[in-house]
Amino acid sequence: MAVVERALSLGSLSVQRVLGRIGLYLLVAWFTFLASFPFIWMAITAFKQNSDLYNIKNNPFLFNALPTLDHVKLLFSETLFTRWLVNTALVATAVVIITLVTAVPAGYSLARLTGRWGRRLGFGIFLTYLVPPSLLFIPLARVVAELKLQDNLWALVVVYPSFTIPFCTWLMMGFFKSIPGELEEAAIVDGCTRLGALRRIVLPLSVAGILTVIIFAFALSMQEFVYALTFISPSAAKTVGIGVPTDLVRGDVFYWGSLMAGALFASVPPAIMYSLFLDRFIAGLTAGAFK
Amino acid sequence: MRTPPPVSGGAIEDVARELPRPVLGRLALLLDRPRVLGPLMLAPAGLYIILLVGVPLFFAIYLSMSNATTGSQTLQFVGPANFVRAMQNSIFRSALANTFIFTIIAQTVVILFGNILALVLQQKFWGRSVVRFLILLPWATPISLAAIGWKWMFDSLYSVVNWMLKAVNIIGPTEFPQWLGVPSLAMASVIIVHVWRTFPFSAVVILAGLTSIPQEVIDASAVDGATYVQRIFYILLPMLTPILAIALLFGTVFTFTDMGVVYILTNGNPFNSTHVLSSWAFQVGIIAGDLAQGAAVALFLLPVLLVGAITLLRIASRAETGV
Repeated sequence: MAVVERALSLGSLSVQRVLGRIGLYLLVAWFTFLASFPFIWMAITAFKQNSDLYNIKNNPFLFNALPTLDHVKLLFSETLFTRWLVNTALVATAVVIITLVTAVPAGYSLARLTGRWGRRLGFGIFLTYLVPPSLLFIPLARVVAELKLQDNLWALVVVYPSFTIPFCTWLMMGFFKSIPGELEEAAIVDGCTRLGALRRIVLPLSVAGILTVIIFAFALSMQEFVYALTFISPSAAKTVGIGVPTDLVRGDVFYWGSLMAGALFASVPPAIMYSLFLDRFIAGLTAGAFK
Repeated sequence: MRTPPPVSGGAIEDVARELPRPVLGRLALLLDRPRVLGPLMLAPAGLYIILLVGVPLFFAIYLSMSNATTGSQTLQFVGPANFVRAMQNSIFRSALANTFIFTIIAQTVVILFGNILALVLQQKFWGRSVVRFLILLPWATPISLAAIGWKWMFDSLYSVVNWMLKAVNIIGPTEFPQWLGVPSLAMASVIIVHVWRTFPFSAVVILAGLTSIPQEVIDASAVDGATYVQRIFYILLPMLTPILAIALLFGTVFTFTDMGVVYILTNGNPFNSTHVLSSWAFQVGIIAGDLAQGAAVALFLLPVLLVGAITLLRIASRAETGV
C-alpha cells in the first residue's frame, strides 16, 4: 500500500512539474509572439510583391508570388532613406560627444567632490529626466526659431543633450561611486593632482561606464520623435524616425512595402545596441529604490 | 640631493612620479581643491540642464499666459485666458480624458504582463537569451517606426490582425473591424500599442528586483513549506513593492506624455476622438501656430509629473533611511 501511495504522490508531483513546464513554455511563446510579431510582419511585407500584398484573398503569411527586392530598392534609390540614416548618425554622434564632455565630469564631481550634497544634487538632475519633450517642445520651438536653427540638424544637436545629460550624469555618478576612492587617494598622496588621478586611475577603470553612456546617448537620440517632428520639415534634413513615417506617404498612398523595409532596417540596430546594455539602463533607473 | 630609486612599472607608481608641474603653479593648486574643482566639473552639465530644461519649463508657463503665435514678434500678458479657452474646447476635454484612460488601462495591463513575464524570465528554459532579446525589441525600437508597423497591421483593408482573428474564429468570416476608423476601436488600438511597447520595460525592471531578493529568504520559505503561489503572494510581491512602484512610475510617465503613438497611428482621428494632451498641444501649438494655447494644453501634463517626481523622491529617501 505504502509503495503505491508513494508512487502515486511521485506521479502527481511529476505531472505537476510537466504541467508547470508546459505552462511556462506557453507563456514564453505568447510573450515572444506578442513582442516580435510586428517585426515579423514588417519583414514579410518588405519582401512581398504588391500584387501579392494587396490581395485580400491571399494568406498574408505565405509568399504567393516570388519574394522581391523592389521595395528595398525604392527605399534606397527613390527616397532619402540613406540621407536620413546619415543625418540620424550625425546628430547622435554629436549628442554623444556633448553628453560625454558634460556628464562624465559631472558624474565624477557628484560622486567624489560635492560631499553630502552630491547625492541630492544628483537626484535632482535625475528628476529632470522626468520632464518630457511633450512639455518642452513648444517653448523650445520658440527658442529654436530665435536662434535661426529651424529646419537645421543643429537644432537637434543642441536640444537632445537636455535628456541625455540628466540620465547619463546619474549613470556615471553611480559608476564612479562603485570605484574605491582609496585608489585616487593613494595617487594623490603620492603627489598626483586630482585631475591627474582622474585621468590616470579613474577613467581607465570606467571604460564600461563610459561605453554605456555612449550607447545610451546614441540610442536615445535615435529614438527621439517629438523634437525632430517639431523642428525639422524639409525632407533632406529629416532623421530616420520622422523620415520613414512621414515621407513614404504621398497624399493618401502608403508605400507599405518600403515603409516596412525602412522601419525594419532602422529599428533593428538601435534595438541590438539597447538590449546589450539594458541591464545597466535598468540598474540606473532603479538605483533610487535601493541603496 | 639623492635621486629617488627607479620604480617598477604599474599605474600607481607612474602617477606617483608625476609631480605638480611648476608651470601650472597656483592654478593647479586651486584646481586640486574639491571646493573649486567640484562645482567646476559640475557646471557644464548643470548649465545645460538649467538652460534647456529649467528655463524652457518656465518659458512654457510664461507663454501659456501670453498671446504668442509662431509668427508674432512681441508677447503680451493675457493671464489665464488660454487655460480657460483650452477647457472650453470639447476636443481638449476628450484629449484630457483620453490621456488618463490610455495611461490607466495600459499600465494596469502592463503591470500584470510585466509581473508574469518577469516570473517567466526568472526560470531557466531553452532559448532564454534569444527570447529575452526578442521580447525587448518593442521597447528598444524608435517609437515612430514601431507605430507605423502597427498602423499597417490595423489597415482598413489588409489588416493582418483581422486575418488572424478570423483564422481562430474570434470574428466571423464577413466581419472586418475598422481598427482605426471607429472611435472605440481606435482608442483600443492606441492602448494596445502602448501595452506592447511598455510591458517589456516593466518586465525587465521587475526582473531586476526579483533577482535582488536574497536566496536565503526564498529558501527559508521553502523550508517552512510555502508553495510557489504562496511564495509569490506572501514573499516576492511584498518585497518587490518599491521596484513595482518604480516600474509603474516610469511606465506611467512614458505613456502619459507620449505623443508618437497617437500622432502616427491615428493622428487624433477618427473625429478627433483619440487625441491626447501632447498630440493636441502639437496640433494647436505647432500646426495651427497658436504657441500660447499649445503651451497651456501641454502644461496640463505637469501636475501628474510632479506627483511622479514626489513619489520617486519618497521611494528614494525611504531606501536611504532604510525604513
